Amino acid sequence: MRALTWHGTNDVRVDTHPDPEIINPRDAILKVTSTAICGSDLHLYDGVIPGMASGDILGHEFMGEVVEVGSKSSLKKGQRVVVPFTISCGQCFFCQKQQYSACDNSNPAAKQDASEKLYGHAMSGIFGYSHLTGGYPGGQAEYVRVPFSDVGPIVVPEGMDDDTVLFLSDILPTGWMAAENAQIERGDTVAVWGAGPVGLFAVQSAMLMGAEQVISIDHHPHRLDLAKKFGAKTINFGETHVLEALMEMTGGIGPDAVIDAVGMEAHGFAVDNVLDLVKQKISPGADRGHALRQALLAVRKGGRVSVPGVYGGMLDKWPLGAMMEKGITLKTGQTHVQKYTHDLLRRIQEGEIDTTWLISHHLPLEQAAEGYKQFHDNQNEWTKVVLTAN
Amino acid sequence: MMLEQSEDDAPKRARRDDREGEMAVVGRSVTINRPRVTLFAFWRDFQNLPRFMEAIEKIEPTGPQRSRWTIRAPAGQMVTFEAEVTDVKDNERIAWRALPGSQIMTEGTVSFSDAPAGRGTIVTANIKYQPPGGDLGRLVAKLFMAEPNIQARHELKRFKMLMEAGEIATADNRKSKEDR
Ligand SMILES: NC(=O)c1ccc[n+]([C@@H]2O[C@H](COP(=O)([O-])OP(=O)(O)OC[C@H]3O[C@@H](n4cnc5c(N)ncnc54)[C@H](O)[C@@H]3O)[C@@H](O)[C@H]2O)c1
Ligand SMILES: [Zn+2]
Ligand SMILES: [Zn+2]
Repeated sequence: MRALTWHGTNDVRVDTHPDPEIINPRDAILKVTSTAICGSDLHLYDGVIPGMASGDILGHEFMGEVVEVGSKSSLKKGQRVVVPFTISCGQCFFCQKQQYSACDNSNPAAKQDASEKLYGHAMSGIFGYSHLTGGYPGGQAEYVRVPFSDVGPIVVPEGMDDDTVLFLSDILPTGWMAAENAQIERGDTVAVWGAGPVGLFAVQSAMLMGAEQVISIDHHPHRLDLAKKFGAKTINFGETHVLEALMEMTGGIGPDAVIDAVGMEAHGFAVDNVLDLVKQKISPGADRGHALRQALLAVRKGGRVSVPGVYGGMLDKWPLGAMMEKGITLKTGQTHVQKYTHDLLRRIQEGEIDTTWLISHHLPLEQAAEGYKQFHDNQNEWTKVVLTAN
Repeated sequence: MMLEQSEDDAPKRARRDDREGEMAVVGRSVTINRPRVTLFAFWRDFQNLPRFMEAIEKIEPTGPQRSRWTIRAPAGQMVTFEAEVTDVKDNERIAWRALPGSQIMTEGTVSFSDAPAGRGTIVTANIKYQPPGGDLGRLVAKLFMAEPNIQARHELKRFKMLMEAGEIATADNRKSKEDR
């Protein structure tokens, strides 16, 4: 089969690999129809997430048709399904608490050592991501093996296009959980750093959850315009002092909740960011945390900080004093996708949430490398790339 | 004046000095979201152990309390020894040891206790072994016991996967040669 393959920093190519097979009883094999490129893939593309190996197949946002099932899969051949990017067994302590991205049983035992050393606990499995999370072959491919296919995949109702449901695999639930973690109350201002796919879905979700005011922060004018579509106000950090603007837009109080939908590769020339950038170039595992630091300073006293943005290693110059002295609550994590898919599918069906406006480009899988390059270099116009595979 | 001081409550295997006489001590505990009886019954049938212990090729019963263990060594070699069960308490504990004179001197205990608030069972494995001598010893040490702590940890994790998820996670995309 053909699959988008990681070869090193800024080097991805579509190569030929053997087709996947059923290995475990709960497996299914999908023929992929649509698969998207995510901001998380860009962290891999830039080589800032530790634990990648040349030859890895990327892709964790995908959907397709079931073509083969193991003896304990609940899926049937021919069904169309969307697959959560988190691989979860559904049986462990964490899965039963619906903390699916903390699943104990999806990262192969021998692969758990690295994250146990680095993070103190072993991470769960994720498709098409680092070997810290299992090194599972991803879905930017013609075929993909889906473990625990009786727990994760959600069957797509008749008549719904790929584009309307594909983002249930990651960014829609991620934006939703980000807003949920902001614990929005009546009258709240929610500020969201990053108007990428995650930030934009966080904006949309925060509106639906009843925020009084949502402020989207980025430096790409077109992305900020998309945020405006959902009624958000915007701050272009290339033109405006962010902290000052946020105070002025909240009557001198500061946002009640802040969301970091940027992650470990913040843009900008603030002093802390330039220092982080140098560090990240020379040492893998160093994060660039400018957006998060700014969010911590911006949030009001007793406010809430929600971090869907991905970090993989160490960060210094962390304003711990601001956190402690202001009494801040911080929530974060890889998304517990399976917890949200059913409810969000219903909201899409009922027309409450639309996701298709986000897609700026469709490309055939063969041109995936070009998609990475453009999504990376031309963020303003390339807001989301969907690859069509079969 | 001498103060009376007691040792801390951490298990032996977590101590900086993790030896008991000649024997090295390794072990690990893991919480498994399944009832004690189920886990005990699975472990009590030693023939099940190779399903999650990768270094063990097979375990065959040779008597009511005895079994022959075949361990995979490098270059396709096999090492065998005979073990006997030295203590069993239903649904709580199983202990075994290699018979005196075996190529590998080892003894182990696995115990099962209820986790709090219905969170399943805490399974604790404690393995003692004498690092073997001679050429064979080195060979075996390299594979089976080079990093016994890591080995023990991986095996308990695979046991947990098998018991909770019903299968052992792999990121492979194709079956291995042995499974064809
Ligand atoms: N928690 C999860 O489960 C999960 C899931 C998906 C994605 N993510 C993470 O969410 C983050 C965003 O993903 P995405 O797909 O939207 O990525 P993206 O790269 O498309 O968007 C990031 C946006 O942040 C903006 N930005 C950069 N620096 C900024 C700054 N200093 N202030 C404000 N905005 C800034 C960029 O201009 C860009 O528009 C990534 O870190 C990604 O890995 C997390
Ligand atoms: Zn993603
Ligand atoms: Zn689980």
